[in-house]
Amino acid sequence: MSSVGTKEVKLRKAKKSGKAKMYNRGAWIYALPAFIPLVLLSVVPLSQAVWTAFTDSVAGFDVKVSFIGFENFRRLAGDTLFWQSFKIGIIWALSVTFLALFLGFGLALLLNQKLRFLGLMRVLSLVPWAMPPVIVAIMWNLLLRPQSGPIEGFLTFLHIPGAQTDWLGDFSTALPTVILIGAWVGMPVITVSILAALQGIPTEIVEAAVIDGANALKRFRYITLPAIRAITSALIALNIIWNFSSFGLVYVLTAGGPGGKTFVPALFAYNEAFKYGNFGYAASMGVVMALAIVGMLSIYLKASKREDTQR
Amino acid sequence: MSDSAKTLVSVPIEKKKRKYYLIPTYIAVVFYILFLGFPFLWMLSTSFKSPYELLQLHHSIIPDGFYWQNYVDIIEKRGLINSAKNSFIIALFTAALTTVFTVPAAYAIARLRKVFSGIATGWILLSQVFPVSLIIIPLFMAVRRIGLLDTIWGLILVYLVASLPFALWMLKGYVASIPVDLEEAGAMDGASSFQILVRIVFPLLVPGIVATALFTFLNSWNEFFFALVLIQSPENETLPLTLARFMGSEGQVLLGPLAAGAFLATIPSLVIFGVMQRKLASGLLAGAVKG
Repeated sequence: MSSVGTKEVKLRKAKKSGKAKMYNRGAWIYALPAFIPLVLLSVVPLSQAVWTAFTDSVAGFDVKVSFIGFENFRRLAGDTLFWQSFKIGIIWALSVTFLALFLGFGLALLLNQKLRFLGLMRVLSLVPWAMPPVIVAIMWNLLLRPQSGPIEGFLTFLHIPGAQTDWLGDFSTALPTVILIGAWVGMPVITVSILAALQGIPTEIVEAAVIDGANALKRFRYITLPAIRAITSALIALNIIWNFSSFGLVYVLTAGGPGGKTFVPALFAYNEAFKYGNFGYAASMGVVMALAIVGMLSIYLKASKREDTQR
Repeated sequence: MSDSAKTLVSVPIEKKKRKYYLIPTYIAVVFYILFLGFPFLWMLSTSFKSPYELLQLHHSIIPDGFYWQNYVDIIEKRGLINSAKNSFIIALFTAALTTVFTVPAAYAIARLRKVFSGIATGWILLSQVFPVSLIIIPLFMAVRRIGLLDTIWGLILVYLVASLPFALWMLKGYVASIPVDLEEAGAMDGASSFQILVRIVFPLLVPGIVATALFTFLNSWNEFFFALVLIQSPENETLPLTLARFMGSEGQVLLGPLAAGAFLATIPSLVIFGVMQRKLASGLLAGAVKG
């Protein structure tokens, strides 16, 4: 890596000779303090993790580990419980991402206007981001409690059928409820990023569009949307990555229950590794998850690229 | 940036039309305020309710009184102070070490030529793709091998690794926003590259460093998964661990102390967020926009 850096500097030196341009020749040295631990503690473990997926490694000290080829993956292919969890993971990641995007975009649009309560909304919009996931889980557990929770109270007050539902404990409502909470957590990053893009729209452009007779809908279509396209693409990609492998929130809220309805793959791999001690098998799940993320991203990137070329 | 928030896209529209259009807008405002604020308010209110009040069906958002015993309970009987101390030490060391490692590296990435910084940026992004449930297995084995399993130092080490990519990404953006001309002027005057880094870049970078350090502190303070895997004994637990364990056991019945503990654990996060509210957006985007 370092040789690439110095070579580049040399190339530049050849192009432009000048004392000022030469000073950063040795700058790559500054990268070492961060990159040595980064390589030692992330490149190495990562390769180890992938290697582990091809072994029969189990928890415990001094256990003999042997290479077993694709055996873990063959076993995994037939593991219907894992694929069920995998499916839940995909539903979870996509739903949380797009619900959070929808809610966050709406909030950003509101924050970008002159309204009352703007300051309050601005502060509140960051609260979910600041809170530890465990606390978020505790908080929503308090809200959704059957018998005493305020949500049940409110729905009963309105005489809405199904008010008594145990939202986190019922087979049909557990996953949607957890998804809503996931979106609540994911909203702030999206809001803040989109708001920044919205505020980057020059006022003159909007004024010019008004003078030219563009109505609100047209201004939205031809000014607002193009301005946030790039950041939205990045946000979708990042959120899919984060959500697909997210763990803490679901672990504390439902621990995968009821009946495995919210058993996201991160929970599955965690149990396999640290409850049953099957490191090799759990690592193969991690590899499949990484591949799934790469797969989802490439489909998504391809789609957004095609959209770009069509314009 | 935040000031430009006030010069807005809202364009003068005739009065009548405007009022009509504002009704759905304010319905949305109320929805968002409730959706974002009510859960937190409910938790705060629960933390002041007595066990007797909590047994009632449908208690109101306003507690009957301030039942401080909940706070006393969770602090004295559940080892919350010790967990808070662990969390604080871990977050502090993680933030400090991350800063020490990333400042020079972010400088190098931002200022070096494209190939090098391209590889580095690519790796930073790639490291985000791998699920933590995959990384944790070798990290667990490594921490166990060096004898740091179930210690706060092992956790600090793992948090450091986990924080480096994003901290680099954030700081890189701040470095890129410092004009190169300043450094070139320094070089012309005969300053060495180390002197340039310390005397010119570093002072200008302080706000970015503070933001990055606070962000890292917050992430460590909030983190749950690595702590769950690497910490086993109660005396080494972090706050999220203690509270999650409490919620899984007695917390199901002792709602008051549970809410009190959850509220206390959130305070540092909220304070840090309050301090860097304005910085967050620009910091988060700095790496992306100016890279």
